[in-house]
Amino acid sequence: MTTPWTLICKQEDLVEGAGVAAMVSGEQVAIFYVPESEQKVFAISNWDPIGKANVLSRGLVAHLQEQWVVASPLYKQHFVLASGQCLEEDIKIPHWQAKLEGSDVFIAAHL
Amino acid sequence: MTSTVSFLTTKPHIIVIGNGMVGHHFVEQMIAQGGHDAFHISVFGEEPYLAYDRVHLSEYFTGKGAADLAMTDGSLYDTHGVRYFTGCLVIKIDRGAKQVMLQNGESLAYDKLVLATGSYPFVPPIPGHKRDNTFVYRTLDDLDAIRTCAKQVTRGTVVGGGLLGLEAANALKNLGLETSVVEFAPRLMPVQLDEKGGAVLKEMIEGLGVKVYTDTATKDIVDGESAFHRMNFADGSHLETDLILFSAGIRPQDALAHQSGLTVGERGGISVNNHCQTSDDDIYAIGECALWNNRIFGLVAPGYAMAKSAAGHLLTDFLGLAGVTFTGADMSTKLKLLGCDVGSVGDAHAQSQGCKVFVYQDEISQSYRKMVVSEDGKKLLGAVLVGDNSYYDTLLQYYLNAIDLPEQAQALILPAMEGAPVGLGVDALPATASICSCHNVSKQDISDAVCNGALSVGDVKGVTKAATGCGGCAALLKKVVDNALLALGVEVSTDLCEHFAYTRQDLYNLVKIGEIKTFNELLKTHGKGHGCEICKPAVGSILASVWNDYVLKKEHISLQDTNDRFLANMQKDGTYSIVPRIPGGEITPDRLIVLGQVAKEYGLYTKVTGGQRIDLFGATLSQLPEIWEKLIAAGFETGQAYGKSLRTVKSCVGSTWCRYGVNDSMKMAIELENRYKGLRSPHKIKFAVSGCTRECAEAQSKDIGVIATEGGWNLYVCGNGGMKPRHGDLFAKDLDDETLVKYIDRVLMFYTKTADRLQRTSVWMDGLEGGLDYLKEVVIDDKLGLCAELEARMQHVVDTFQCEWKTTLQDPEALKTFRQFVNYEGSDSNVVFVEERNQMRPATESEKQQLIAKVG
Ligand code: SRM
Ligand SMILES: Cc1cc2nc3c(=O)[nH]c(=O)nc-3n(C[C@H](O)[C@H](O)[C@H](O)COP(=O)(O)OP(=O)(O)OC[C@H]3O[C@@H](n4cnc5c(N)ncnc54)[C@H](O)[C@@H]3O)c2cc1C
Ligand code: SF4
Ligand code: FES
Repeated sequence: MTTPWTLICKQEDLVEGAGVAAMVSGEQVAIFYVPESEQKVFAISNWDPIGKANVLSRGLVAHLQEQWVVASPLYKQHFVLASGQCLEEDIKIPHWQAKLEGSDVFIAAHL
Repeated sequence: MTSTVSFLTTKPHIIVIGNGMVGHHFVEQMIAQGGHDAFHISVFGEEPYLAYDRVHLSEYFTGKGAADLAMTDGSLYDTHGVRYFTGCLVIKIDRGAKQVMLQNGESLAYDKLVLATGSYPFVPPIPGHKRDNTFVYRTLDDLDAIRTCAKQVTRGTVVGGGLLGLEAANALKNLGLETSVVEFAPRLMPVQLDEKGGAVLKEMIEGLGVKVYTDTATKDIVDGESAFHRMNFADGSHLETDLILFSAGIRPQDALAHQSGLTVGERGGISVNNHCQTSDDDIYAIGECALWNNRIFGLVAPGYAMAKSAAGHLLTDFLGLAGVTFTGADMSTKLKLLGCDVGSVGDAHAQSQGCKVFVYQDEISQSYRKMVVSEDGKKLLGAVLVGDNSYYDTLLQYYLNAIDLPEQAQALILPAMEGAPVGLGVDALPATASICSCHNVSKQDISDAVCNGALSVGDVKGVTKAATGCGGCAALLKKVVDNALLALGVEVSTDLCEHFAYTRQDLYNLVKIGEIKTFNELLKTHGKGHGCEICKPAVGSILASVWNDYVLKKEHISLQDTNDRFLANMQKDGTYSIVPRIPGGEITPDRLIVLGQVAKEYGLYTKVTGGQRIDLFGATLSQLPEIWEKLIAAGFETGQAYGKSLRTVKSCVGSTWCRYGVNDSMKMAIELENRYKGLRSPHKIKFAVSGCTRECAEAQSKDIGVIATEGGWNLYVCGNGGMKPRHGDLFAKDLDDETLVKYIDRVLMFYTKTADRLQRTSVWMDGLEGGLDYLKEVVIDDKLGLCAELEARMQHVVDTFQCEWKTTLQDPEALKTFRQFVNYEGSDSNVVFVEERNQMRPATESEKQQLIAKVG
């Protein structure tokens, strides 16, 4: 089966080493551009379930315990960019497969 | 304050009578062991407050509020389904029907009952003891009453020269009263001190201006001539005083035990066994109301031990194992009374059979120490210390752990001379040594905590609760933790994080000397991995301090914490606040109108801040640039409320308007604010400038405080408000304008260069070896030969200032990041406002649900 990819934006819309927010079928998605990583782009939900606001795209990207994570700008919990897993609480937020092709940024359906 | 939990199921019901320190600790112990799942728990307290820290009651007079002393705000109880009733006296126990009766006539059934009713102050029945302006010293309400009275009078007298009496005398003295202490016994602190120790203490206390009358019995109290009361003494002399505070001992509060026929001691106290059970198996008594082995324990640590054993016994079946029993407690104490150290360990009065005594006395520095040792000289049985408690920890450990005394045991109380074998290294303590008696934490408990990953004193405190009671063991705890870390081979790490094995100060120097301009360059040359939310902003701040680049440059943007990245402070709902700079708090009517117009146009919540400027809340990400465009057009600049940088320079109106002003504080404040406004520093910095010594700008509570004098300006440094307020230290007096600025340049740059990340000036100062004097040597005497460099660095920052918002508005790349969504023009539907007091505020969760339900 081939994954149905959706075009979200251009690479130039992304911010190096940080996140931006996108709206995908009524859902807010945080897209992170990490050039040093193998995957380059990651997509997780923009909703911070602990701070209860759509802010994760505005958090700081960090590399901890061999994983790329974002620290929530509200109360600083870490979410793994590749899986949506929270490092401090037993919570996992939605995440999407994402890819950079040429200068186009795509995401696929929920993983 | 009363909870509203109601019990529907049929778990057995425990009622706790008394919500003092021990009653509260009992509930904590139950909850910690899951006892709230086995029992319904209800707590009744007579006082209007939930349990508070009575041990630190006196701090209520030195700045702490009731909330600071509170041991819980009720949330612990609420979360675990514990019902609590304050202001609720239990007046009767019906043991036959197993019910308690409340003052309001209600009855409640119990299965198990715990009496934690504490004690009440004993007031000697001297004729006149019920006159107005007589008080006791036990509760918050007592202290409120004393404070109110003290405001109107000048002389105060404490009846009773024991521990509490002297503490109360200190309080009266702090309230500004001329204070006397009247003690019936021939010496102060008769229970703890011997005659000589009492005499030394008396001399020290009199040296502080408190009159001490020992061996003095009060016959009666009548109307005074020059004061409200006259106390007539048995020897015919008298004392005139306005306020009398009785502190003549405590008596166990055992009224309910008498009423219900429980066994009580001859001189009061509810008799209990090693499980703290009374003569009725279903009723326990703990804390100061309980009598164990014919002894009352008037300290909190034994009370906590009793609470633990009662909880353990009640939960034996539930947990399937027997808890600890109460087998007595050590009554050693160490205190600072009226600024004098006093300590007493074990058998202070040398009453043990065959014991021998060493005494050391120094009449010049006023200290006295006594050691009581066993007949064979091998064990320490007791000790008395007056004047210097630095000997206490070691002596206590010899005593508690029955450690063999060294050859020259007397050295333990002799002043430290070169080469003398003084002190007992924590190494020498056995694993069972009790380090914190309040929470019964042993050396082993601490090593265990460290082995399990608590790698700092703070973490160990969190896990074991050590040093969170009376606090007396804090110094020893630190030694034991450091020792345990060392034993584990852990070097006490000062690394910034896993990516940089350097301190912030090292990194600052590396950046400067290596002319490093970006995070990636620093990471490549001196770090490893990819960076995290600790090192990124810290390095971002260092780069800004040293080079003062625009913080949203492509290579810096990902280093910035969210507030710095969007140049605004994020609020709880993801919107932002906008704080333009209003230097010195001075603003023209025209600009004030612009602020009002912009706020109105965007519907922003508007508030005057605690820093003398105006904050507009509720702007969305994409509105920020538009709003700033308007503000900048009207002449405003960014206020950097988001940055670790200069915040505000608070000012009073000063000599231009104020009839007392001796210099132009307004002008100075504006100049200082404009000079330092771009400086990125380890933490935020606040200034204030007052026009005279009345200090309306509160300069002494700021990182940099300036107060006008007849001769120029006085400079104060390293104060702050916030979580742990600290007054600034007077750094230099009567400075002219130029020297003032020079000194501030140097102090701030030296701070920026050497402080840790997120360390405010006060904490930095407290950690500087040599403290204030050292800072003066560096800044005034140029001891390190650094001053020229510090000034040049500051001048660079001043010269390269840019308004970050202005730069951002001219930078299309930077502006792009302010889009709410990269692919959609709409807004965040989770941002919902409601109106309150004619302005908007974020909707609460439940309001949102209602509103969204209505719309959707
Ligand atoms: C807006 C304001 C409260 C108000 O409604 O008046 C405020 C609001 C915030 N303060 Fe404050 N503080 C404000 C005056 C103060 C003051 C009073 C003063 O400056 O005279 C203090 C105590 C004085 C002091 O700092 O020494 C103060 C002590 C704190 C602290 C504790 C600092 C400490 O060292 O203990 C924090 C937390 C921190 O910085 O880590 C803090 C942090 C904050 C933050 C930034 C928390 C945050 O990250 O969301 C708040 C957001 C500001 C915003 O959204 O704009 N705020 N804050 C005041 C803004 C003043 C201004 O014009 O810039
Ligand atoms: C100024 C001061 C300084 C002190 N300093 C120290 C110190 O440095 N170190 C130390 O170890 N100890 C110190 N203590 C002693 C310490 O505070 C007590 O040992 C401790 O508070 C005892 O706790 P408790 O719960 O047994 O009694 P309390 O704290 O007295 O609590 C008993 C509570 O029960 C309530 N109560 C009584 N009867 C009823 C009833 N029938 N119905 C409902 N409620 C009732 C009372 O109102 C009270 O709130 C100090 C005490 C004071 C006053
Ligand atoms: S400190 Fe107070 S009294 Fe002095 S100038 Fe300022 S406003 Fe006037
Ligand atoms: S001994 Fe009181 S807190 Fe440790």
